[in-house]
Amino acid sequence: MVVGQDADLVFHALADATRRDILTRVIHSGQSVSELARHYPMSFAAVQKHVAVLERAALVTKTRRGREQIVHGEVTALRRVALLLDAYEEVWRRRAGRIADILDEDE
Amino acid sequence: MPVVSSVKNVEALTMTFVAEFEAAVDRVWQVWADPRKLERWWGPPTWPATFETYEFKPGGRVHYYMTGPDGTRSRGWWTITAVEAPHRLEFDDGFADENFEPVDPKDTTHGVVTFEQVGDRTRMTTVSTFTSAEQLERMAEMGMEEGMRSAQDQIDALL
Repeated sequence: MVVGQDADLVFHALADATRRDILTRVIHSGQSVSELARHYPMSFAAVQKHVAVLERAALVTKTRRGREQIVHGEVTALRRVALLLDAYEEVWRRRAGRIADILDEDE
Repeated sequence: MPVVSSVKNVEALTMTFVAEFEAAVDRVWQVWADPRKLERWWGPPTWPATFETYEFKPGGRVHYYMTGPDGTRSRGWWTITAVEAPHRLEFDDGFADENFEPVDPKDTTHGVVTFEQVGDRTRMTTVSTFTSAEQLERMAEMGMEEGMRSAQDQIDALL
């Protein structure tokens, strides 16, 4: 379950469409970085960087298979729901900030 | 920024969000009761909301859409289930098709919003209850997109 500081890492990791897509691809079965790289119009190194961001947020792990690195999803169902609730909380944090601005402006 | 806190329940698919504002209860109530104020905060700046129908009473229908940066419209509906001014509001919130008909009438998020005076502040408590993880995912997606854009804006500002 996500608590405190690593929520920021997780939020940052998931705030990117490519990283969300990578995570979706590796949740059910592991894929090598080169397999993943075929799906995106970007360099192997760029995909590797995205994987590293996911790894820091503990959303994926990497294992070695010969010369290749295999990326595995680390997201259990409950953890996934916890992550989504964190993102939804962020929606409300921003709304509360905008409400405070309106209350200030319209005083 | 207002003082905020939250409690999340993973098993029950609920989130309780509490914010305190430096304003009287009546004024905080108005940001919900007045659709022109509501549309200034409901959607993120990149996806502003427009409320076309706003029947602010029990059983009232609400039709709204949010407009994305490329002009895409995402439509939603509410059915207001309780209004007790200025202390309590309840509604069901769902995704709508082009005619504002519910995509799935059972696929709703229930919202309960309460307002109370605490000293010279107003505490607003929002309890959101989701019916499925998939639905939560669609609602949360909005926050992620917004997070991504503000990160991008910060980078742009630095360059």
